[in-house]
Amino acid sequence: MAFLIIDRRQQGKQKSAVNRQRFLKRFRKHIKDAVTDAVNKRSITDMERGEEISIPRKDISEPIFRQGKGGKQRRVLPGNREFVRGDRIDRPRGGGGSGGGNASNQGEGMDEFVFELNQQEFLDFMFEDLELPNLVRKQLKDSDSYKLVKGGYLREGIPARLNVVQSLRGAKARRIALGGAIRREIKALEEALEALEDDEDSVERGEITGKLDRARRRLNQIPFLDDFDLRYNNMIQQPTPTTSAVMFCLMDVSGSMTQDIKDLAKRFFVLLHMFLKRHYEKTEVVFIRHHTKANEVDEEEFFYSRETGGTVVSSALELMKSIVAERYPTDSWNIYAAQASDGENWQDDSPKCRDLLVKGLLPLVQYFAYVEISSGREQELWQTYSEIPELFPDRFAMRNVKEPADIFPVFRDLFERKST
Amino acid sequence: MSKREPIAEGSEWTFEALDAFEAEIGRIAADKYRLDTYPNQIEIISANQMMDAYSSVGMPVGYHHWSFGKQFLSTEQRYRKGHIGLAYELVINSNPCIAYLMEENSSTLQALVIAHACFGHNSFFKSNYLFREWTDASAIVNYVLFARNYISECEERHGMEAVESLLDSCHALMNLGVDRFRRPRPISADQEKQRQKEREDYLQKQVNDLWRTIPKKKQKTEEKWPRFPAEPQENLLYFIEKNAPLLEPWEREIVRIVRKIAVYYYPQRQTKIMNEGWATFWHYNLMNDLYDEGLITEGNIFEFLQSHTNVIYQPEYDSPYYSGINPYTLGFAMFSDIRRVCENPTDEDRRLCPEYAGGDWLETVHHAMTNYKDESFILQYLTPKVIRDLKLFSILDDDADRAIQVTAIHDDDGYRQVREDLAEQYNLSKQEPDIQVWEVSLRGDRSITLKHAQRDRIPLDEDDAKEVLKHMHRLWRFDVHLESLRNDEVHRVYHCNDDKVWIDSGASDKSAATS
Repeated sequence: MAFLIIDRRQQGKQKSAVNRQRFLKRFRKHIKDAVTDAVNKRSITDMERGEEISIPRKDISEPIFRQGKGGKQRRVLPGNREFVRGDRIDRPRGGGGSGGGNASNQGEGMDEFVFELNQQEFLDFMFEDLELPNLVRKQLKDSDSYKLVKGGYLREGIPARLNVVQSLRGAKARRIALGGAIRREIKALEEALEALEDDEDSVERGEITGKLDRARRRLNQIPFLDDFDLRYNNMIQQPTPTTSAVMFCLMDVSGSMTQDIKDLAKRFFVLLHMFLKRHYEKTEVVFIRHHTKANEVDEEEFFYSRETGGTVVSSALELMKSIVAERYPTDSWNIYAAQASDGENWQDDSPKCRDLLVKGLLPLVQYFAYVEISSGREQELWQTYSEIPELFPDRFAMRNVKEPADIFPVFRDLFERKST
Repeated sequence: MSKREPIAEGSEWTFEALDAFEAEIGRIAADKYRLDTYPNQIEIISANQMMDAYSSVGMPVGYHHWSFGKQFLSTEQRYRKGHIGLAYELVINSNPCIAYLMEENSSTLQALVIAHACFGHNSFFKSNYLFREWTDASAIVNYVLFARNYISECEERHGMEAVESLLDSCHALMNLGVDRFRRPRPISADQEKQRQKEREDYLQKQVNDLWRTIPKKKQKTEEKWPRFPAEPQENLLYFIEKNAPLLEPWEREIVRIVRKIAVYYYPQRQTKIMNEGWATFWHYNLMNDLYDEGLITEGNIFEFLQSHTNVIYQPEYDSPYYSGINPYTLGFAMFSDIRRVCENPTDEDRRLCPEYAGGDWLETVHHAMTNYKDESFILQYLTPKVIRDLKLFSILDDDADRAIQVTAIHDDDGYRQVREDLAEQYNLSKQEPDIQVWEVSLRGDRSITLKHAQRDRIPLDEDDAKEVLKHMHRLWRFDVHLESLRNDEVHRVYHCNDDKVWIDSGASDKSAATS
């Protein structure tokens, strides 16, 4: 019996990947809603994992003509213990006709189709349709870094770029082409020699052997490698977009900012950071916190250390400006900033902030988002800032957030892909 | 019998062991039991790959469609949550017969699986009359490959969405894509590819002829147009492929592909009990033979028996684990009982199964496997002993009655009734609604009328039926009507036009309401 054992384990296990994508695509609306829900409910530390999604089974069913309930239906069941012929059993509640057999044994309702979205898919859905403003323009216009890419072969070049495979391939082709006629001649002579074998005519034999020797010598004289064969890799310069981004997180830590407000702010920063990480090869984060005085801190301190005191927002903006000038030249960095505050500011400081933004910072950054976290009416800073969006409609945006559930919608709203 | 060295020690399997198992089991299967099989191709796969294999529903390659993705996600979820274990194997009706074995299986399980799939199922595919008549094992792999490529090409040319919705519609009618009473021609990928172009042109021409509206010369206008179709047609997909007025040639080809694949599955849908029963019966016998010959150890055989017992576990009807009759249990019990009746017949057996009681058991099981499908197999071979062992009972659920009635149990008076009812339960043409193409209004509004004949007053599931009609409309592209007949009177009429579906109550229902 002929048979075969094949080990397939090393082969791709994602045969169904395409079908999976098709499924996700078809039910994207359902999934998106579920993802938005999930993001709102999650704690800030675990944004980056998959999610269990459930879709009403009704919506994804594939209908076929089936027999419905009603009429006369007969069934055979196993495991009779107590019944005898003629017994009458009350109908189980809910099931009018088809009787048992379809009960769910899966621990979840039959009405929901539940499946797991993996981390990548989850993030894809989460950030779908979102795009950081100015991203494209920045990449094309301001790119002045280049990378070398292969672009065919050249006949001339520096030895370091010699392409051995191409050169030898060319040489071989040349040798075959040039040697063809000689090889044919050799073959003919060899046959002639063989035909002579029986005869003793050594004159003719000598003549043929002589010709054969000359032909073989000529064949050997074809050079193995000629200058003509050499090929060099051609490298062309291709402009590459700036792939680094820095994100400035600015937060007020004055006495009026409670831990709850800080947590809200953190969620917003987390989202922004994840988003940037997906778009740029390299992202850095600078944390600047301020009360009356601003300083650059690490993440832990940024979110959790306690400070008290008044509020001078402009100090943070000044510091950001000087850090940009010092460390993040705008020709090689995409700069994003997100400022979170409860909106309180020292009164005389707000106009100063506005001027700093309009004149100093906004021309440098890709995007500046201001999120005010307050449950009451608009605060000092909001009122002052509200003149800016008109001046920089595509760089500056501000939104008000009241509770955790607002964060993600506001985030989406801020960065929604503009259909231009 | 001479004792030999066991093939595998311990639970880890090796490729050498698989080799040896295949050879030894193959030897016993062929020499002792005359099992005729296709050559085997055993593929070792991981759990993930098994889930892939699941979702392409027993095809080595399938075309792309979201419904397979849905299948995959649901399998993955249930597996991850531990609701289901994955099957130890999956086997494809092809030549060579492809069997997927999970790498997680212990060496005992691999032996079990080889016996079950590579010799049990394999010989069933090769010999059962339905498979012989309806499928061509050597062509199927090439055909599905052709289908997949064709569908991808269509996606490139006509857009994924268009192809996807066409496939949705075809899938909705897939079970009605089979000529139940006529044998299909075997499929061949090469021929398909070759003929596909000619067919496209020819088909389109025919359709054009059918729908030609320019009157022929000298034709009397009063003359009654012939009825079309002349006879009711049960193969809806075939009818659509050949007659739908507005389908593009590529769309007809896709309808055809779905129809061909429906035909491939048709025998499987009718032989669940027999196929699993046959494979289980043989793995049980073959494993015991291996043990008798000393090729597997006592440890192996105990592990095997435990798995085997799990496989044929039948929860009772009121158990939370009950989900219908386990085909492995019923099939295994029936084949084993055929052997018992042949080898140790009781008086009851001699009275009830005179044809084979005391006969040659091997001959009898081969005969049963070759010539029956589930329905006829149960009618012919379900013995009172099996009914008693499984404590089967029959109920009648009549919506005119307030209670469900127990009509028969496993006693002398009841077993005939139980047997008939159980056979009906596996009769596809009784379990699926009987729907046929009734009439097409050739010269009128081009609408198509389907008829559903209710059996035992069982209506269609209305929600699903409405959705399917929309799919039907998408293929036919003119109004679709479906009359559901109860005792030859119209009970419900479903209509579907460009923008909605609605249901009218028929005459019989109205009269019932007034009386």
